[in-house]
Amino acid sequence: MESSAVTLEKNKKLPRSSSLWRQIARRFLQNKMSLIGLAFLIFIILFSFIGPFFSPYVNLGVDPTNINQSPSAQHWLGTDKLGRDVLTRLMLAGRISLLVGLGAMVMSVVIGGVLGIISGFYRGIVDQIIMRIADVLMTLPGLPLLFIMAAILSEWKVPTEYRIYIVMLMLSIVGWPGLARLVRSQILSLSERQFMQATEALGLRDTRKLFKHLLPNIIPLLIVSGTLSVGGAILSESTLSFFGLGVVPPDASWGNMITSANSLLDFQKRPWLWVPPGLAIFLTVISINLLGDGLRDAIDPNMRRR
Amino acid sequence: MGNTVLDVKNLLTQYYTNGGVIKAVDDVSFSIPKGQTVCLVGESGCGKSAVAMSIMGLIDGGSGGIKNGEILFEGKDLLKLKKHELRQLRGNDISMIFQEPMTSLNPVLTIGGQIMEPLMEHELISKKEAKKRALELIELVGIGRAEEIFNSYPHQLSGGMLQRIMIAIALACSPNLLIADEPTTALDVTIQAQILDLLRSLKEQRDMSMLLITHDLGVVAEVADYVIVMYAGKVIEEGPVVELFKNPKHPYTKGLLKAKPVINQRQEELYTIAGQVPNLATLTPSCYFSERCEQCMAICKEQMPKINDLDNGQRVACWLYEEVTTV
Amino acid sequence: MTNEAPLIEVKNLKKYFGEKGGLFQRNVSVVKAVDDVSFQIHRGETFGLVGESGSGKSTIGKSILRLQSITEGEVLFDGKDVHKLSNAEMRNLRPKIQFIFQDPYSSLNPRIRVGDAIGEALLDHGLCEKHEVASKVKEVLEICGLSEYHMNRYPHEFSGGQRQRIGIARAIILQPEFIVADEPVSALDVSIQAQIINLFSKLQRDRNITFLFISHDLSVVEHLCSRIGVLYLGTMMELGSREQLYSNPLHPYTKALLSAVPIPDPTLKRERIILKGDIPNPANPPSGCKFHTRCPFATERCKVEVPEFKEVESGRFVACHLV
Repeated sequence: MESSAVTLEKNKKLPRSSSLWRQIARRFLQNKMSLIGLAFLIFIILFSFIGPFFSPYVNLGVDPTNINQSPSAQHWLGTDKLGRDVLTRLMLAGRISLLVGLGAMVMSVVIGGVLGIISGFYRGIVDQIIMRIADVLMTLPGLPLLFIMAAILSEWKVPTEYRIYIVMLMLSIVGWPGLARLVRSQILSLSERQFMQATEALGLRDTRKLFKHLLPNIIPLLIVSGTLSVGGAILSESTLSFFGLGVVPPDASWGNMITSANSLLDFQKRPWLWVPPGLAIFLTVISINLLGDGLRDAIDPNMRRR
Repeated sequence: MGNTVLDVKNLLTQYYTNGGVIKAVDDVSFSIPKGQTVCLVGESGCGKSAVAMSIMGLIDGGSGGIKNGEILFEGKDLLKLKKHELRQLRGNDISMIFQEPMTSLNPVLTIGGQIMEPLMEHELISKKEAKKRALELIELVGIGRAEEIFNSYPHQLSGGMLQRIMIAIALACSPNLLIADEPTTALDVTIQAQILDLLRSLKEQRDMSMLLITHDLGVVAEVADYVIVMYAGKVIEEGPVVELFKNPKHPYTKGLLKAKPVINQRQEELYTIAGQVPNLATLTPSCYFSERCEQCMAICKEQMPKINDLDNGQRVACWLYEEVTTV
Repeated sequence: MTNEAPLIEVKNLKKYFGEKGGLFQRNVSVVKAVDDVSFQIHRGETFGLVGESGSGKSTIGKSILRLQSITEGEVLFDGKDVHKLSNAEMRNLRPKIQFIFQDPYSSLNPRIRVGDAIGEALLDHGLCEKHEVASKVKEVLEICGLSEYHMNRYPHEFSGGQRQRIGIARAIILQPEFIVADEPVSALDVSIQAQIINLFSKLQRDRNITFLFISHDLSVVEHLCSRIGVLYLGTMMELGSREQLYSNPLHPYTKALLSAVPIPDPTLKRERIILKGDIPNPANPPSGCKFHTRCPFATERCKVEVPEFKEVESGRFVACHLV
């Protein structure tokens, strides 16, 4: 069953099919759940990055006269034990959590993508070395590894303003091996496809094989798994920060905001301290996953008729 | 009509695709007399497999459905049966073999287990009895070493062997109708010859009716009693096998027969049918073959011809023959 | 037969695939996909290789073009051993020797527009200027029965037959001397298959390309090929001209193959040879003549002694003790 346009010869001059990306966008826009995810993400980004400009409490740090207030007209989500406005902190924390998630994703995609492509394309000894390193990193349980790295960093007394970058780096160290493996296996399976054998038969240069033939087939995978990994990175960052090993006060992140749930009193009596950041993490990660699933469905060539 | 095993009347089956709703099977009627082999031939996308899936009730409600028609099996309309009644019928009175024997068997169960399954399910016999029958069936489809095969797993057998096993499973409950959807397409020629031979002899031994679906006119000539040619969801020609091959009427059937290279009848140039199968989603009222037909007339572009009887038992849907019958 | 040197000469080609196993990854079982095959292809002819699955026909095709390494033997193209060329020499040779793939669906990159896919090799090899590419693409598209109208479209918008035309256009734009076509019509419907077969006939006539045509379909091979080799389990069983092979097959396997092909004539009653048993597993081929397990005429000698591939008449080779 082929496009009927093809059979109608020459009714107009050289039609150009809409690019594959536009077709992907069209399919994506048909998926309601992922649009909801996207909408919520846009909201949370605006909330975190634009929101603080509308808050009167941004520059007011600690306010000892106003601690542990429950939600009110002045403080919509109450205040914390240092008298800071929870809503404003939620916004500022969002900036950091989202940045850490995004940064960690970009780093793991770059490292994992490049190493995966090199492994899969050149094979041999390079592949062996890269994959063994990836194996080692993957066999070590992620969370304890992060804990140890974070603990060492705490020992070294890294200045707090650099910590978020270091957290990104740590997360990407844990994140890239999975991606590299995924990319490598994708490259290996693409190499088995006849069109890659065809590039061999045509005698094309390696650069053309890599950039014109393989990369365009890998990018969708990178986009999808990159998107999905943002959620994972946000979760790991929250976990670390919750234990005081990631982003540490006075910088706020959703993870370290939930730390207040550690105290029984706060947990029972002051839910405004931990419910909002908890919900923020929960909804953000769900939205990212919805978005990622939607992207995958839109991109996956298997969904299309051959 | 005690002599008819299956009677399909005005079957309309639709599929929902990205391009819109398509009529995979469009107003198709035919019947299969007892003990006869009817072949459905056509190229990919002509709806021949959709007919089989419709009869077996295997069309997934999400991707399509039967919108009209009757499928009478020994007088009962399969489309009106309840789910459990249909299940009783399938594998018992009607069974089916598929193109890919490799994927039709469960890789983690033994061959024997899979042959015994329908026996125990439908015939309600003991395990011991079922095993005895299974071993007989393995012998019946021409594999020696029945005991050894019984205990082996699908990956240990070749494609031809597996197709024999599929036939054994299909025959387990002595069905009155066997539907075979491209049963030899995935097999090598020498193995295909074996399987066709097997199907032919089984049909004779058991007086079974068969609906064979294939794209290969050679296979049709070897096994069919009656042939139905489909194009774009429609039956365009049908008739007893000898008449149809000797004297094809529809330009498409003629073209198909001429386009196929035949051993020891080499020509310099093959006849070709120009163009390609139309997109089923964008059909307009016309003869669907008109775009590719060398004898296309004005009326062919405007109206779909009806299928009419010719005097020698053939039936054809083509405007060229319209004056033969009195409309 | 011409006295001219053959364009392709395959000498004692062997390709073994090792199945590694055990603790130290030693080759435990070896599949002899191609086992000592020799033949020549003359300039301008179409040589056919037929065989069933496991016969090694595709492996031979890929080995000749060095899309695959070989275990032993030589493949000479115009006198040069293809497998001994350096990578740079090989790259320079590539445009002259082309491959047409079986599966029209997976042989085109889904993310590359058809015009680019056909023209890119010209550019990559520096065979023409950038501004000439479009007109050359248009030219080969028209030869292959498509038009420039199709240039800016993606492969998924085409039917199987059209994609096969695109694959052929991609090969002939480089003006190759030799093309290996690996089952190029077996994935296509009859009416489309005839169109592509005729396209091949046209290329044979107009372009003086030498073809190696690989297929399991004996009727297609008879139509297109002037000389044909019959393979069984990696070994050449019979080789001869079309007339010799089809009107008077000598090897029992060739006879059985020919008689197994269903003929679209219900009135035809012929004596059919139905082979017993299955094609043996290539990892564990029978001793002696590989065909003896299924051969209706097998003798004790066939079980132990490998028959020689001998010339029985001019240009006609058979590997059978009975001939």
